[in-house]
Order: sequence, then structure tokens, then C-alpha cells
Amino acid sequence: MIIEAGHFALILALMVAVFQAAVPMVGAYKNDSVWMNFAVPSAIIQVVLVSVSFGALTYSYVVSDFSVLNVVSNSHSDKPMLYKVSGVWGNHEGSMLLWVYILAIYGAGVAMFGRNLPPTLKARVISMQALVSLGFYLFILITSNPFERIFPPPADGRGLNPLLQDPGLAFHPPFLYLGYVGFSIAFSFAIAALIEGRVDAAWARWVRPWTLAAWAFLTVGIGLGSWWAYYELGWGGWWFWDPVENASFMPWLIGTALLHSSIVVEKRNTLKAWTIFLAIVAFSFSLLGTFIVRSGVLTSVHSFAADPERGVFILVLLLVVVGGSFTLFALRGPELKAGGLFQPVSREGSLLLNNLLMTVAAAVVLLGTLYPLFIDAISGEKISVGPPFFNASFVPLMIPVIIVMAIGPLLAWKRGNLTEALRRLVFAGAVTVATFVAVMALSDDGSLLAAFGIALAAWLIIGTLSEIVTRSKMFRVPMMVSLRRLAGLPRSQWGMSIAHAGLGLAIIGMVGSTVWKQEKITVMNPGDSVQVAGYDYTFIGARQFPGPNYTATRGKFTVAKDGKFVTELYPEDRVYPVRSMPTTEAAIYTMASADLYVALGNKEESGSGYVVRIYHNPLVVWIWIGLLSLVAGSVVSLSDRRHRVGAPEKSSKVAAAPQAAE
Amino acid sequence: MKKLLSILAFMFLALSVYSPVSAIEPDEILSDPALETRAREVSKQLRCVVCQNQSIDDSNADLARDMRLLVRDRILAGDTNQGVLDYMVSSYGDYVLLKPPFKTSTALLWLGPFIIFVLGFIAVGFYFRKRPVEKTISTINHTPLDDDERAKIERALSSTNENEGNTK
Repeated sequence: MIIEAGHFALILALMVAVFQAAVPMVGAYKNDSVWMNFAVPSAIIQVVLVSVSFGALTYSYVVSDFSVLNVVSNSHSDKPMLYKVSGVWGNHEGSMLLWVYILAIYGAGVAMFGRNLPPTLKARVISMQALVSLGFYLFILITSNPFERIFPPPADGRGLNPLLQDPGLAFHPPFLYLGYVGFSIAFSFAIAALIEGRVDAAWARWVRPWTLAAWAFLTVGIGLGSWWAYYELGWGGWWFWDPVENASFMPWLIGTALLHSSIVVEKRNTLKAWTIFLAIVAFSFSLLGTFIVRSGVLTSVHSFAADPERGVFILVLLLVVVGGSFTLFALRGPELKAGGLFQPVSREGSLLLNNLLMTVAAAVVLLGTLYPLFIDAISGEKISVGPPFFNASFVPLMIPVIIVMAIGPLLAWKRGNLTEALRRLVFAGAVTVATFVAVMALSDDGSLLAAFGIALAAWLIIGTLSEIVTRSKMFRVPMMVSLRRLAGLPRSQWGMSIAHAGLGLAIIGMVGSTVWKQEKITVMNPGDSVQVAGYDYTFIGARQFPGPNYTATRGKFTVAKDGKFVTELYPEDRVYPVRSMPTTEAAIYTMASADLYVALGNKEESGSGYVVRIYHNPLVVWIWIGLLSLVAGSVVSLSDRRHRVGAPEKSSKVAAAPQAAE
Repeated sequence: MKKLLSILAFMFLALSVYSPVSAIEPDEILSDPALETRAREVSKQLRCVVCQNQSIDDSNADLARDMRLLVRDRILAGDTNQGVLDYMVSSYGDYVLLKPPFKTSTALLWLGPFIIFVLGFIAVGFYFRKRPVEKTISTINHTPLDDDERAKIERALSSTNENEGNTK
């Protein structure tokens, strides 16, 4: 009954979406406020309906209702509660329901917080949100219904893929979707602006925080996925240039560009058509990502053919959205009036360069991801495009990005003085050179790449700090004065500095863990010791113990350095009987300088030894700290008063009133 | 099992199907560390042909193991790294290379990034050419003020001067 209510609520949500898409749009066209006012309540009713729907499915997972096919396929009664709930989105149908749920939440967000948006713009934005949801409701109801019943109900479910039974992955999809779908807001605003034929600073003030929030969520989502890969796959890799990873990375790159170009629109009222373009591209990439993963077209051509209905549906949806919005862009884009002028060397110029390189990077990732498919389609030839291609093409594009990231913030708007900016970066330059020399001297192997990468990170971090020093006039005015200046810096400024410096930290981790990784793969008997990178690992022994829905073999290791005890590590090898599938839980001891990483493999068929993989992963923790800094920077920036939507208008009205009275 | 994995592959967004712990087993490792390092290097460039975008170095598929052993055999037989790669291509085709070779059908792939980059720069160049910034700014700057504006500025300046005088 509850599950039918959920199904019915979703159909009702579809009906509401039809009206929500049509009525406010017509109202905005006729400038009829009664019709436009339809937008807000319908967006709220829609989110209530999808909540009911999503709640119903979640409920059937929580109580393990095995008369529902989706629950049978993806759940099991002895799973811990966390994974019962995460099982809701750990499958195709449920994750699409989560997608529309988040879409509805964002739409309602605009409805509720958009009080001071121009009424026609607001009506059009909410209408666009509904139009996008419409496509996805149809997709779910026609091809991927999570509410399907099964009769007779089996005694128990088939369980969730053990790899997904992990805290990192439980929260990975919701964050990823909050990011993906968050770009729908920028998209709807872009389309609404094209229809209105007007983009201004107020528009950008709206789009910026939504884009920033979506970008931060996407960063968390990608970070969680990467972190999970690092500890769960048992060999310490954190990025593989896999098509599904690329699918989430492309919107991230374009989102980064959009984030920066919307600053230019807000501050300087220029690059407007370009920003609209990016907003459309960002969401198109989100849809493309969904298509790539949902259709299975890249992982295996065969699986696409196995369920062509879904793949074709999303492909058509993608073509309609992308084709429609670019046609609109081609028609209306040129009408957007160009705004403030600027020189190539200026803040705008540096942000434009960021945009150019980020967009090219996204295009390169797209090229590499789709190329095998493309070649297969035209000539039937099979090729692989793997990490070597992406490393060779993507990494060089990021080098100028990092170099300019330190310089750009020091340039003035409109017309910057490069010499002056570089003069302020003399110290950062000196540190960069010193870092390069130091790394070259201290490391022996593959050091040129490492030295270059870490020097680049030093340039970015010290350059970012230099900018703060410059703003606070530190060392030139009394300390108290410069501290007061620091406190007075806008939060968006701090957000930028935290994020930029965080990227520098992440680069240190990425370079260090790639270049200086050491490993030892060997068979160890209890009592054996091996040395990896100066640490002595002693295998004490392994024993079986039961988990909630698995049995684990847990090994015990002690780690010592120069005879001094460092830590004990307990790696596990788990077997989930429901799916008869093993997973590894690597044991990791994290230090600032390196992660000590031990994974336990199979027991030797003859003898008492276990296959043990020991990895010394230098500086990995800085990747996670760096990613957290990107997110922290976004949060700080979002807390800026100017980003609290509507705040500027309100305060300016208050300020304007007494003047008018004078 | 493999089939189950491939079904799961597209059931979950941004989750690629990697098999956990895996890959290279201790009994495969060559006793000469220099040769083993080379074997690892070569393995990272070879695709496990039954897997989804995994190198044979990362995969625990049986075929990947066979391919790893083959790589080591070739290295022990005295092949250079390139020689091993060529040997693998001769039995599995270009599909086995994670870094596709440059040829007619991959020209667009390899030149693509460069072309996109250059096109982007040309587009930006046009953007600045179409809007001759320097000239426009200087023209704006050199438009002489009319009398009204000049009077306004003088008034404004004198009032700020007075204010400063008062505070002193």
C-alpha cells in the first residue's frame, strides 16, 4: 500500500510538473502575475510529492519489503541499517528517483528563497526546473520504475554489492547528485535569461552561490569516490581516468570555469554570453554523465544493447535538452549586450584564461572518453584510451592554470599591471625555486617530475599567501592594523584563498603519492617481518571473525621504525556470503609524511602464509586535506553576506531611502 | 560472477567496477628487481582485454594474470619494453595498448587536444580584436568634460577639501 502511494505520488508529481512547466512560462510571457504566481506553490507541492515517493521507497528498504522487486534485487534482511538505506540509491531505479528528488528540492529552493527575484525571471526559472524534471519523471515511470512488485515475494533479497557496503560509498551518490543536479539551477537561470534577453549583475549574484554550492557538493562527491577507491580497492590508487570517473570530472571542470566566469559577470557585467554558454554546458555534461553511466554505453557496448530502452531514452532526453538550449543560445545569445571592457592583462583576463584552459581540459577529457566509441562506430576498430593519454594531455593544461592562479588575484580589474603583480610574487618565486632545488637534492628517483610538481604547488600556496599579505599590507604597516585589515577582508576573498591554497596542498599529495610510492607484495607467515620504506612490518597472525553480514579474516601487524613501535594495523579480508564476493578493508595508518597501508590477501593454498600487500603512500593525506580546503573555501565564500541572495538589494534600498528623503 | 559485475557496472553512478585486492600475486614477481620494475612499467600500459578499462597491473582477472606472466616471460627472454608491447599488440591488437598509437584513425585523438587549445586561443584573440580595448578605453578617457561636469567635479573636490580641513 505504501509502495503504491509512493508510485502514485510520483505520477502526481509528473502532473504537477506539467503545469509547473507550462503555466508560469505562459504567465511570464503574458506578464500575468496570477499565472506566474502558480510557480511557487507548484514547486513546493512537487517537492512534497517526490518526498512521499522517495520516502515510500526508503520505507520499503528499511522494513525489507521483499514484495518490491527493487528491494529484492538490492537488499537483504541482515544488512546493517545504513546500507539498507543507502541501498535505495545503490541501484539504477532508486538512484534516478534520488536524482529527481534533488531536482525537486533545488526547484523548491528557488521558489522559497527567491522572494526578491524579478517575478518573470523567477517564473521562468521554476518553469525550466519543472521541464527538466518532466523528462526524468517520464524516464523513471516508463523505463525504470522502482515501485514494481514481485509475486510471490521471495524469502529474502539478493543483497547489495558488497563493494557498495561502505560508509564512503553510502554518501558518494547523494553528494554527486547534489552537485550534478545543482548545475540545473544555473542552467534554468541561463535559459530564463536567454528568454528574457537580459543578463546583469543581479542575475550573476543569484547564479554564483547556487553554482558554488553545486560545485562544492560535486567536489565532496568526487572526493568520497576517490577516497573509497583508495582504501577499498586494496592498492592505494585514487584516480583511474575511468569513463565513469571522467563522467563526473567533466561537469566539475566546466563548473569550475562557470564559477569563475560568473564572478566576471557580477563584478564587471561582461563575458555574459560566455557564462550562459558555460551554464548550459555544465548541465549538459551532468546529463551526459548520467547517460554514460546509466546506459552502460562506455563500460560495455553489450550492456547498452541489453537494455536499449533506457539508454535511448536518456540519449533522446540529452539531445532535446542540449539541442534545444543551444538553439536558443544561438538565437538569443548574440542579443546579450556586451558589458565592461578589459585588457588581456587584467583580473578578467586571468579569469578568462582559467575559463579557456578549464574548458579545453574538459573537452580533452570528453575526447578521450568518447573516442573509442566514436572509432568503433565509424570503422569498427577497437582501441583503448587509458591513463597514459589523459596524463599526457590533461596535466600539461593544468600547469599554466596553476601558474596564473597565483598571479590573477593580484591583477586589477580592467587593466592589470603584470610587473607590479610579479614584483609581489618575488618571494613566492624564490620559495618555488628553493623547493625545486630541495626536492631534486633530497630525492633520488623520478625526481624531476616530483620537483616540478611540488615546486608548482609551492608557487600556488605561497603566491596565494602573498596575496593575503599584500591585501593586509602586512610588514608595511603596524601588525595590529594589518590584522584588522585581514579581519575586514570579505569572506569571498578568504574563500578563494583557502580554496586556491587547498588545491596546492592537493597537488603535493597527488605528486608525492604518484612518484614516491613504494610497495611490497609478498607471502607472509605469522612472525615474518618485511621492511618497506624504512618501516618494519611484522605479521602477528590472522583469525576469522564474524561481521553483521559477512565473515572476515582479520590480520594483525605491528609496525616499527628503527626498532621503535609505530602502530598496529588490522587489515581485513571480508567475504559476503549473500553475494559470495570478497572485499578488502585495507588498514591505513595516516601520517603527514605518508600513509602506511596494508592489505590482506588470500591465504596460501598450501601452508599458513597470507598474501600481503604493503604500500608506502607518501603525502596522500594532503590530497584529502586539499579537497576539504576546496569545500571549506566554498563554504566560507557562501557565508559572505553578498552571496546571501537578496541581501545587497535590501541594504541598498535601506541606504537609498534616506537619500531620497533629503 | 563476471556477468554480475558487468551488470552492476551501470547500476551505480561513478562507481567503476574494480575488483578489490587483486592483481599481481607474489609468485609472479621476478627475482631480479630491475626486471620486475620493467615488468610493472610495461604492465601498466597494457589493458586487461576482458576488463573495463583496467590495466593488467590492476586486474585480478585470470587473463590479466596470464598476460602478466607473458610480459615477464618476454622480458626474461631479453625483449626491450617496446619489444614486449609490440609482441602483445601482435597477439591482441591495438586494443591492448592503454596509450593508443598514433596513426590515421587516432590522429584526431592525439592532435585533438592541441587543436582545441589553439582554436580556443584564436577565439579569445578574436574576442579582444573585435573589442579593441586599449583604443576604446583611451577614447573614453580623452573625451573632454563639458562645463557642467567640470563644475560638478570642482564642487565635489572643494567640499572634500573643506571636510578634511575640518577634521584636522
